[in-house]
Amino acid sequence: MPVMNKEVNTVMKIRTLGRHARESLKSISRNGWMTFASVSAVTITLILVGVFVVIMMNLNRVAETIEEDVQIRVHIDVAATEQDQTALKDSIQNMPEVGSVKFSSKEEELNNLVKSMGEEGKAFKLFEQDNPLNDVFIVKTKKPTDTMDAAKKIEKLNFVSKVNYGEGKVEKLFKFIKASRNVGIVLIVGLFFTAIFLISNTIKITIIARRREIKIMRLVGATNGFIRWPFLLEGLWLGILGAVLPIILISIAYYRAYDYLGPKLQGTFIRVLPFDPFMYQVSGILLLMGALIGIWGSVMSVRKFLKV
Amino acid sequence: MIEMQEVYKKYPNGVSAINGIDVRINQGEFVYVVGPSGAGKSTFIKMMYREEVPTSGTITLNGVNVAKLKNTKVPQFRRQLGVVFQDFKLLPTLTVYENVAFALEVIEAQPKYIKKRVMEVLDLVNLKHKARMLPTELSGGEQQRVSIARSIVNSPKVVIADEPTGNLDPDTSWEIMKIFEEINNRGTTVVMATHNKEIVNTIKHRVIAIEGGKIARDEQRGEYGYEN
Repeated sequence: MPVMNKEVNTVMKIRTLGRHARESLKSISRNGWMTFASVSAVTITLILVGVFVVIMMNLNRVAETIEEDVQIRVHIDVAATEQDQTALKDSIQNMPEVGSVKFSSKEEELNNLVKSMGEEGKAFKLFEQDNPLNDVFIVKTKKPTDTMDAAKKIEKLNFVSKVNYGEGKVEKLFKFIKASRNVGIVLIVGLFFTAIFLISNTIKITIIARRREIKIMRLVGATNGFIRWPFLLEGLWLGILGAVLPIILISIAYYRAYDYLGPKLQGTFIRVLPFDPFMYQVSGILLLMGALIGIWGSVMSVRKFLKV
Repeated sequence: MIEMQEVYKKYPNGVSAINGIDVRINQGEFVYVVGPSGAGKSTFIKMMYREEVPTSGTITLNGVNVAKLKNTKVPQFRRQLGVVFQDFKLLPTLTVYENVAFALEVIEAQPKYIKKRVMEVLDLVNLKHKARMLPTELSGGEQQRVSIARSIVNSPKVVIADEPTGNLDPDTSWEIMKIFEEINNRGTTVVMATHNKEIVNTIKHRVIAIEGGKIARDEQRGEYGYEN
C-alpha cells in the first residue's frame, strides 16, 4: 500500500493536473482586482524590458558594425628606411592586442583619397608627382575595445609620425553603450522584483482566502505538493497573462518602426535588426520572463505560508 | 489500536496541558473523553491526529508512532483516520457531494470509485437526496452528517470526534450519535470528546475523564460524572 501511494505521489495523474489547473483559474477570476494588479505589474515590467531589449540589441548591432570598421592608421615617418619599416611592422605585430597589420603605400593612400572624393578628388591627382602623404600601416586589434590602448602603445614606437583611430568618437560610443546597458539592467532588475513582489502578494491573498480549505485538505490527508500546485499554476498564469500585451504592443511597434526607418537608414552604417526572427526571439524572452516572474512570485509566498 | 505511553505536552507558552498519560484503546472500541474545560481534553484528542506533537512519550495509532512522525509522512497517516469537529469544517462553496468527494480527490482516487463511495456514505448518513445542496442550505445536524460522511469516506479504522454535538440541539445530537453508533458497529474505533451528559449517561461506553492533564477516571460503561 505505501509503495503504491508513493508512485501516485511522484507521477502526478493528468486528471489531478487538470484539477489543479481548474482550481488555479477559478482563483484568478475570484481574486479580481489583485489579479488585475499583478498582471498589470508584469505587463509594465515586460513592456519596459521589451523596449529595452529591442533598443539594446539594435545598439549592439550598430556597435558591431562600427567596431568592424575601427582601425588604427599608423603614419610612418618619411625618414624611415625599408628596414626601419619592417622593424616597426614586427614590433606592432608582436603586440598581444594586435590582430592584423597591413601596409598601404602613399600611392595607394592617394588613390583611395582620390576615389573617396569622387569628382572633386580629381584635383588631388596633381599631387601624384609630389605625394605629401605618408606610407601607412593599417592595424586591426583582436578586440575592438583594445583599439585605444594599442594606438597609444604604437604612438610611442620609433618612426611613427602620427596615429589615427577616430579618437574620441569610438570611445564615446562604447561608453554610451556600456552606460545605457547598465542603467537598463538596474531598471529591469528593480521592476522584475516589483513584479515578483506583487505576484507573491496576490498569491498570499489567495492563500489567506483559502486557509480554511488548506486546513481541511491537510486534515483529509492531502500532501503539500497537492496543496501547492494550484498556487504555482496561478502564478504561472499571472505571469503569462502579463506577457501577452507587451508582446503584442512591442511587435506592432517594431513592425511599424522597421517599416518606417528601414528605407531611411539604407546607405548609412546603421542597420536595424529585421523583424523576423528578431521579434520572435524577443517575444520568447518576454514570455519566458513572465512565466519566471509568476512562478518565482508564487513560490516565495507559498513557501512562507505553507510551512507544515 | 491507540496506545499512549508516558505522554507529556507542554506548550511553548509554558502551559502543561498533558502531565503523563498512559492509555490503551483497542480496535472497535467506543470511547468518550470527558472532563472540565481546560483540563487537556482537546490536546489529548489533537495529539491523536497529530495536530499537536507531544513533548515526550510515545503515541501509537494503527502501528504508527505519531510522536516521531515526520512532517512529510503526516498526509499518509491522516488518510487512515477520520476527524469530525464541532464546527463541521465544510467548504461553503462546494456542494454536499463535492465536500465528501474532496477527501477522496485529495488522495487521487479513481473518479468511478469516488462516485460510488460518496453516494454510499451519503446514504449511510441519510443525505443522498441533498447531495447537490450547499452546506449553507442545510441545518446544523445535516451539516454535521456531511462532515461525518467525509470523515469515513476513506474507510478509516479510527474516527476521532471533537465535541461533534457541541453546536447541535438535543434531538439532532441523538441523530448524530446514532450515526456514530452505526460506524462503531461496523468495526471502526470511535474516540469522542464531549460535554454532553445525557448522551454519555444514556448510550453507555467506556469513559475516560481527563483532569489537570491526567487521567482521573477510566471506566467501562462509565458515567459522565460532572454537573452541567
